[in-house]
Amino acid sequence: MPPERDTPAADPWAPLRRMTPARIGLGRRGDAPPLEAVLDFQLAHARARDAVHAALDVATLVTALEGRPHVVVRSQAPERGTYLRRPDLGRRLDPGCLRDLPHGAWDAAFVLADGLSATAVQRHALPLLQATLARLPGWRIAPVVIATQARVALGDEIGAALGARLCAMLIGERPGLSVADSLGVYLTHAPQPGRRDSERNCISNIHQSGGLSYEAAADKLAWLMAEALRLKLTGIGLKDDQQAALPGT
Amino acid sequence: MGRYVSDFRGERHRFADLRAVLAKASPRRSGDELAGLAAESDAQRIAARAVLADLPLTRFLEEPLVPYERDEVTRLIQDMQDMAAFAPVRHLTVGGLRDWLLSDEATTEALAALAPGLTPEMAAAACKLMRNQDLIAVARRCRVVTAFRSTIGLPGRLATRLQPNHPADDLRGIAAATLDGLLLGAGDAVIGVNPATDSLSNGLALLEMLDGLRARHAIPTQTCVLTHVTNAIRLVERGAPVDLVFQSIAGTEAANAGFGVSLAVLREAQEAALALKRGTAGDNVMYFETGQGAALSADAHHGIDQQTVEARSYAVARAFRPLLVNTVVGFIGPEYLYDGKQIIRAGLEDHFCAKLLGVPMGVDVCYTNHAEADQDDMDTLMTLLAVAGCNFIITVPGADDIMLNYQSTSFHDALYLRSTLGLRAAPEFEAWLEAMGLMDGAGRLHTLAEAPMRRLLAGGVADAA
Repeated sequence: MPPERDTPAADPWAPLRRMTPARIGLGRRGDAPPLEAVLDFQLAHARARDAVHAALDVATLVTALEGRPHVVVRSQAPERGTYLRRPDLGRRLDPGCLRDLPHGAWDAAFVLADGLSATAVQRHALPLLQATLARLPGWRIAPVVIATQARVALGDEIGAALGARLCAMLIGERPGLSVADSLGVYLTHAPQPGRRDSERNCISNIHQSGGLSYEAAADKLAWLMAEALRLKLTGIGLKDDQQAALPGT
Repeated sequence: MGRYVSDFRGERHRFADLRAVLAKASPRRSGDELAGLAAESDAQRIAARAVLADLPLTRFLEEPLVPYERDEVTRLIQDMQDMAAFAPVRHLTVGGLRDWLLSDEATTEALAALAPGLTPEMAAAACKLMRNQDLIAVARRCRVVTAFRSTIGLPGRLATRLQPNHPADDLRGIAAATLDGLLLGAGDAVIGVNPATDSLSNGLALLEMLDGLRARHAIPTQTCVLTHVTNAIRLVERGAPVDLVFQSIAGTEAANAGFGVSLAVLREAQEAALALKRGTAGDNVMYFETGQGAALSADAHHGIDQQTVEARSYAVARAFRPLLVNTVVGFIGPEYLYDGKQIIRAGLEDHFCAKLLGVPMGVDVCYTNHAEADQDDMDTLMTLLAVAGCNFIITVPGADDIMLNYQSTSFHDALYLRSTLGLRAAPEFEAWLEAMGLMDGAGRLHTLAEAPMRRLLAGGVADAA
């Protein structure tokens, strides 16, 4: 047995592990993976589940807005269990929240929504919002809406109530084992209930673990928003010419 | 209608129509609740089962759940039903069919003879009257054997799909994950990649890499890039090495339209793949995925409960003599199957109904991170399915699919099932593992310390780089 086998350099899997983040070359204890690999997996799953079930800390988010006008709303899903079972309720606004949304001649509304990862919104929504607003001088921006137990389509009702020409929904994406705090943005022109997903543009994978950076996401979002107002549409008719800006992963 | 009324144990229950009886007889699940079809109480659920048990099987011929004129899946089901095969059970009620299936008369041969005589609705109805152990006991006696380069579904065998996905379709990353699976004895059902980008050029690159790897090591298995069926047709036209044509399918014409497919386009794809004559052990060239909730999510369920409409997709599958079919049971989300209990039940239902209808069923034993489930639930389901004689399971490095962001079962899990239950890989693949020096005569895989493993690994790295 060559002595170098025990050194990391002799690990035959080392070059392959550089090619993929997949859980390869785990080794075996009997037929099972080693305990260390089992615990790694369980921790990743636990973090993903914690992200799904975490409540959005609205107070902290509001404080971080530093006095910028805002409205807090909720969907018709009263708690997480119902939210997960009844996506239809997460797409509808609690009627009591309607009167809090000021109707106006807004160019755009931003909605910060928990979605399936409140952790993602807590961490990434404000930096992305600030980076995007810096790229939109002169735009009439509605008060920032913070929405809980929200699905993407909740933005349609919010945007319609505000009378906004565009609605940008910044929402937590379904956590995976590798990343539990990925943020997505869904942009909808002329938001109103009944819009189809094919009528939206999406920017996904915004996070700090090898995902899209705030600056890159803000560039893309501001470009899409300007194009959406110019063409008066979003969705499959708005070609994403900046696709090359997306990272390879 | 007034046709579906029961006075069951002193309580009167009324059901609007046959669809309502089926839906309310289903075990509780979130998708039927979301659709507003579920039983309103647990007691009503049992009353519906009592009504269902007394219905003659012929009622399903008189009362199609979706009209013949409106749905090509209904037309397929009715036109393909073999009335001679149906004759032995024609006089039975749904409850009578359940009893017959559990009797000694329902041998492997008798079940195979019956399969073309049953409609999916009959299978789904009987399923609702059966406990988990009944679904296992009957499915275990059903045998559906198919072949391409390997033979899948033989008794005492459990095959695996090796699923080496990568979030950026990196060819070397996919090759690395493929080697990991091969060294752990996986891949006898298929080496199948879900592409992250659904373009023709990308599909071609993936197919050529996988086929090169397979050919270089003379692996008796098939490869597949799970791209849309219309892409597969174009890839065949371009001369790509297409072994299997993949497509997601569902149980109504409208739901299939949501997937962008029809029976005609599936037929065109099957003919294109058959013309390549790439199979050596057989000519089953199709690979389908199904899953409870697919029709409802496309708003194309026609008021049918999700387990019954899922069973209708098996009629679509069997018309094309597929090599492989699998339900993606926990993938579609907790709004359809909420937790481990619902996923486990649905996995057994799908496997049972498919096998009863003569479909070569495997299962992607899986869940997403917003479902109330974990790897312990998957251990339970895969063990039950292996006992039930499931044709194959999906296996992913470390059970973690880094592209689709969900958890399935691992190469290690398949080793556990094979050693614990005395199951073996497909015969052609098993012989290859032995010839390559990866496995000993007792079916135990060698460890990485042994020379043949290191050779394949080193060669694989060179190939991939």
